[in-house]
Amino acid sequence: MRQHPVKPMDSSRTGHLKPPVASTGAIGWMKVHLFNGVFNSLLTLFILFFLYQILPSLFRWIFLNSLWCSSPAECHDIKGACWSVISNNYRFILFGFYPHDMQWRPLTAMVLLIMLLMVSRNRSYWKKQLLYAWIAGLCFMAILMKGGLLGLAPVESTQWGGLPLTFLLAAFGLAAAYPVGVLLALGRRSSMPAIKALCIVYIEIIRGVPLVSLLFMSAVVFPLFLPEGITINKILRAQAAIIMFTAAYIAEVVRGGLQAVAKGQYEAAESLGLTYVQTLRLVILPQALKIVIPPTVSILISAFKDTSLVVIIGLYDILKTTQTILANPSWMGFSTEAFFFLACIYFICCYAMSNYSRQLEREL
Amino acid sequence: METGTEPLLADDIESQNPIIEITDVHKWYGEFHVLRGINLTIHKGERIVICGPSGSGKSTLIRCINRLEDHQRGRIVVDGIELTHNIKNIEKIRAEVGMVFQHFNLFPHLTILDNLTLGQIWVRKTSRAEAEKTAMYYLEKVHIAEQARKYPGQISGGQQQRVAIARSLCMKPNVMLFDEPTSALDPEMVKEVLDVMISLAQEGMTMIVVSHEMGFARSVAHRVLFMDVGQIVESNTPDEFFHHPQNERTRLFLSQILH
Repeated sequence: MRQHPVKPMDSSRTGHLKPPVASTGAIGWMKVHLFNGVFNSLLTLFILFFLYQILPSLFRWIFLNSLWCSSPAECHDIKGACWSVISNNYRFILFGFYPHDMQWRPLTAMVLLIMLLMVSRNRSYWKKQLLYAWIAGLCFMAILMKGGLLGLAPVESTQWGGLPLTFLLAAFGLAAAYPVGVLLALGRRSSMPAIKALCIVYIEIIRGVPLVSLLFMSAVVFPLFLPEGITINKILRAQAAIIMFTAAYIAEVVRGGLQAVAKGQYEAAESLGLTYVQTLRLVILPQALKIVIPPTVSILISAFKDTSLVVIIGLYDILKTTQTILANPSWMGFSTEAFFFLACIYFICCYAMSNYSRQLEREL
Repeated sequence: METGTEPLLADDIESQNPIIEITDVHKWYGEFHVLRGINLTIHKGERIVICGPSGSGKSTLIRCINRLEDHQRGRIVVDGIELTHNIKNIEKIRAEVGMVFQHFNLFPHLTILDNLTLGQIWVRKTSRAEAEKTAMYYLEKVHIAEQARKYPGQISGGQQQRVAIARSLCMKPNVMLFDEPTSALDPEMVKEVLDVMISLAQEGMTMIVVSHEMGFARSVAHRVLFMDVGQIVESNTPDEFFHHPQNERTRLFLSQILH
């Protein structure tokens, strides 16, 4: 506000002024956000008309004319959505070929994972105990999935599928790719030529090929190099490919964050006598990683969705199990409903991630 | 650190052991020859102000003393330890030599208190409680204790620079280096920082200050150095330096900054 040099403002008069009525309240809000200017008013009206055209028929399709629990035959006679394709097959979509009577095990494992994730949202729980809880939780999840211990019947990993497999690939993929990516970013900025060259070559090669080709390599080419008789689990190989791929992208984002931290921060930390590792850990990385939260989360989100590419090497993640159901002659033609369901699952997971990142940005 | 001791006189200084010995130091940035044969001995308790036009190498010189920059020829010995590529030596020296920067360089993601305890906890390995006690003592000293829980972004430039000084003091350094500590400050904040530096001088701290604050140089320095094109052109007591400059370049420089 500009101060008048001669006459000081009369605070007794200006102190009680209220803003003009038209700029507050619902009407004011609409005026500012929906109807400011001719063009924006037209745009608002057009969008309202568009929604009027779309929403009622969408509502009818989803709720009014739909069937929720019926046989496939009944579905062919209705105009609305046939959600029966989900309700009749949800166990296969969610759990794939996991033995039917043991599907409580992957379910428990998933619930456990989600609970741990929920608890970890709260930063005040970020203590040693949480780390132990994660280690114990992950071991327990592995036992649940694999069996062979605690009186649980063993289940081959070739039978794993559906949502647990997607979560497994995503959770381990992202958790491992992040630290690897940070190390690669540091390596790329290293003053040691060999390490720097190695990191640059790695990052550029991995970023230069599509994930699909990496997955193919892991599934088809890599086993050729192994000595006879040794096989590495297919899921593990796909997992490694996802980690390698995501790490390269994270590395470049983190490098951007490192460059954004002022040189003076290094100098100040070093002039206190902190070692290089301490400087990075205590001063540089906390600042750099915070700056890159938004781009990092978009990489994590796209990596989560990219796990669906494992269908091409024959792993039954949730996308593949859905496609399998749709290949069944009696459910053919209901792909819209099935993929709608699938999209909802992916959306919930991705939205939760982006939501959390915004919370983290506010708190840090 | 002994508090409340009388400032040492110039004659006493000579009898003290040299704490920094710089012998024929050269440095190049690529082709550019920034330091051209610097010779300088600094005794314990001595206070030196270095001035000179920009680009004369004065900042580079003090950054060489705690090896934020490395020199390519000559010797720098600090507190009996020669600065070489030996990383252990460098870390030892950095903990002995405090540095205050033009742009404060506080850690923005840490509170003021954590800024002060970081070095103590990780370099000196003091306990957190002890480190916080020391931190509060020095924050009191720079008159800013009530801001301890705030973040650097929430306080003024002058306050930030005083915190930066306190952060260095927490490491109990033998020498303090100041690289233009007041030149990034708004005019009304210069005094509060200089006052802190003057009280530090009165306690007998060895100080090397790159600054154009001539009033500060007059009242505190034992010696004023004038640097130009990578050389120490003139070195004298403040009185002689300001009233009877020997060198033509010094005279020209003084006439430009003292209106």
